[in-house]
Amino acid sequence: MKEQLSWKVGGQQGEGIESTGEIFSTTLNRMGYHLYSYRHFSSRIKGGHTNNNVRISAKEVRAVSDNINILVAFDQQTIDLNAHELVNGGIIIADSKFNPSKDDDLDVQLVPIPFTETAKNLGSQLMKNMVAIGASARLMNLEIQPFRDMIYTMFIRKGEQIVENNNEALKQGYQLMDQEMTHIEGDFEMVPSGQEERLFLIGNDAISFGALNAGVRFMAAYPITPASEIMEYMIENLPKVGGTVIQTEDEISAVTMAIGSNYAGARSFTSSAGPGLSLMMESIGLSGMTETPLVIVDTMRGGPSTGLPTKQEQSDLMQMIYGTHGDIPKVVLAPSDVEDAFYATIEAFNIAEYYQVPVILLSDLQMSLGKQSSRPFDPSHVDINRGKTITEDMDRDEAEYFERYSNEEDGISNRPIPGVKGGIHHVTGVEHSPTGTPNESAENRQVQMDKRMRKLKDFTMDEPFKVNGNVESELLIISFLSVNGVVQEAAERLDADITTISLKQIHPFPIDALRPYLDGAGGILVIEQNYSAQLNSVLKMNYHGHDRIKSYVKYDGTPFKPNEIETHMSSILKIKEVL
Amino acid sequence: MATFKDFRNNIKPNWCPGCGDFSVQAAIQKACAANGLEPDELAVITGIGCSGRLSGYIKSYGFHATHGRSLPVAQGVKMANDELTVIASGGDGDGFAIGMGHTVHALKRNIDITYIVMDNQVYGLTKGQTSPSSEKGFVTKSTPNGSIENAIQPIRTAMASGATFVAQSVSSDIKQLTAIIQEAMNHKGFSFVNVFSPCVTYNKVNTYDWFKENLTAVEDIEDYDHTDSKTAMNHIMEHEGLLKGIIYQDKEAKSYQEQIEGYLEKPTVKKEMTLERETFDELMTAFR
Ligand SMILES: Cc1ncc(C[n+]2csc(CCOP(=O)(O)OP(=O)(O)O)c2C)c(N)n1
Ligand code: SF4
Ligand SMILES: [Mg+2]
Repeated sequence: MKEQLSWKVGGQQGEGIESTGEIFSTTLNRMGYHLYSYRHFSSRIKGGHTNNNVRISAKEVRAVSDNINILVAFDQQTIDLNAHELVNGGIIIADSKFNPSKDDDLDVQLVPIPFTETAKNLGSQLMKNMVAIGASARLMNLEIQPFRDMIYTMFIRKGEQIVENNNEALKQGYQLMDQEMTHIEGDFEMVPSGQEERLFLIGNDAISFGALNAGVRFMAAYPITPASEIMEYMIENLPKVGGTVIQTEDEISAVTMAIGSNYAGARSFTSSAGPGLSLMMESIGLSGMTETPLVIVDTMRGGPSTGLPTKQEQSDLMQMIYGTHGDIPKVVLAPSDVEDAFYATIEAFNIAEYYQVPVILLSDLQMSLGKQSSRPFDPSHVDINRGKTITEDMDRDEAEYFERYSNEEDGISNRPIPGVKGGIHHVTGVEHSPTGTPNESAENRQVQMDKRMRKLKDFTMDEPFKVNGNVESELLIISFLSVNGVVQEAAERLDADITTISLKQIHPFPIDALRPYLDGAGGILVIEQNYSAQLNSVLKMNYHGHDRIKSYVKYDGTPFKPNEIETHMSSILKIKEVL
Repeated sequence: MATFKDFRNNIKPNWCPGCGDFSVQAAIQKACAANGLEPDELAVITGIGCSGRLSGYIKSYGFHATHGRSLPVAQGVKMANDELTVIASGGDGDGFAIGMGHTVHALKRNIDITYIVMDNQVYGLTKGQTSPSSEKGFVTKSTPNGSIENAIQPIRTAMASGATFVAQSVSSDIKQLTAIIQEAMNHKGFSFVNVFSPCVTYNKVNTYDWFKENLTAVEDIEDYDHTDSKTAMNHIMEHEGLLKGIIYQDKEAKSYQEQIEGYLEKPTVKKEMTLERETFDELMTAFR
């Protein structure tokens, strides 16, 4: 029996490949397995190869697997493009409709099953995915009942007959595979799963649900891969709590609308990816200068320009830290996994409002769209902190403007929202006096700039990074977002004294909290997905031990696999032994 | 009740003496008082330009944003708090060049705010370049041989964009301008008011006198029906955009917010921020 297996389904885009993967994996999650999935797709809607890779495990998994064990193919191209990823002795279950063949050199088994024909006989081709799921379930020796339950919840709206037909397709797929089992070599049976209840969701859902819990009741956004699911989630769910979403004419409108709404006291945000963030740069400065809270989600994809719109990369980092002209206080956050994304989103809104600054919440395509198991979210950990926002009328003579930008010790001034009596003031992106009146005097400039920048001078989150390991280590590995899960798995495979850090507070750089780990490490390796080693550069700007810092990057658009990192780490560790 | 003086602050505008923008400021202050508003119920959102300084000269909540972005900020403010009266304002460059995308979309979106453009057909703040509404042949620093592009007629663009309230006036007629702004603020939906607001420093062609001679008041047009979009558009085309008065109003149209079920039950800022436990559980179950 196997502790874990990797299953991949592939075919032409728009042919139900996604739903096949979705139904199969959701059922397995409900059965109690840990899952981590990865979708390969292109910018085309119909046609073009697509696949969904699901890793199934009895223990927690936070990375794609090195290889696949089972490939379900709806066309020959799926075999041609993916069969080489199969482990030796792996299996291809293919629709017999296209007379599947495989490269003779590959040490894999090919089992043709009449997916389409079986489905057609039952009344509709559409059910070929149920046949494939039934076959897969039999191969892995999974109970059939959870799949039947899943079919019921999915199709009961369409009537008993549809449920019946799908159950029959599932059963026939199961039986067809059963007849093949005698001549299948090797073990594809999963160990039984645990009983814990887990969520199964994409990072974008965790972020969206986090935003709802943070008190967001308005969103403005413009569609873009891989951020659109956030907007779509909000469109579907905000109305349930009296909120709404505007799909704007562009990202400049989206971000400035969010600024307007935050200025007026309603928590709002926008989400986008690199191209949209590039358009938002001037407005990020507006938020910084007017001290208006703002949260922007940047789901990174392959850049530059349109780049690799449907592929994994982490190359917006420098722009997110340094983008916008002039100096502003700004926070950049990077959750370490889907569960963390939920809580980090709530924290992002609290930081933005407490410090009255723009906060950029980073994600990357793999975290945003890769569906994975997560512990349920805990509502008792949801906390809303509005800082110095004033929402109640004040008893104050309004002959003079309210000092919205009073020079406070912590740099944070009171913020009455429009409509509040006694709070009238002006805000402007021009340098201004404490009442918000444009003022370009040298003296005022210095006071106001210092005041703004002071807000984040000593800023460190409660948990600026997630550590696994000790302060003293042979090798310290720093990564962020989805790469951390892969690093973690690779590190666990090696018998070495490795500490891994998933950096969450990217900016301001939490150097004081990090220093003991950096000082205590024999070597430091920064692993990230961009060409120019951006996180590595940020580390070097903040820490002196450059000779001990090494970099490992990948920028081909695919997520890291554990064995790539494992191989790289072992080579570094060996070099150390020689020295 | 507030008078127009309550909408004044003690800040002296940095506009050139004689600039048309002074009258727009005064007309807004008068209209707000006449409509029974209190200063803290009003938010004035502006862009960048000489005109953009307006938000600092009216006593109310004010937000001086970036060049071309007064409209999205203003729409965000209104979506957050429907109890506020929201005015967006700026120049012709602000609204018809860098911010044109927002202008067209705000017109079609129909959120209940008022947009007042101070149209001087030139870039004032950057010292006299051509603007989208500069007439063909207009000589500026950036068009030394005269502009060779066609001019935008703001009210025509507004009509073509699905506007529900379109008006045009001129700085020299404070009385009409005040009345129009009052009507615009009362309109349920997006109201667009283009004000010819002469730049006495950089536009020596489109002067106060020029407008006196060239504008036709819709009241003087026989049978002008400002509730009929076809009549409005025909007259706009016939007069090359040089009309004055309330050009068009659709009183039946529903504002953006009105069309969202339940949205107006309570202003967004007053909505409960914490999810009820039941809602939390229900939404989380969807991830199982
Ligand atoms: C992004 C950006 N580009 C350019 C400018 C420079 N700029 C400031 S105001 C302005 C045009 C002003 O013309 P208009 O909007 O007609 O206002 P007016 O000064 O005439 O009232 C320009 C180009 C800017 N502030 N921001
Ligand atoms: S330059 Fe023109 S628009 Fe600007 S203040 Fe002077 S007169 Fe008014
Ligand atoms: Mg102008």
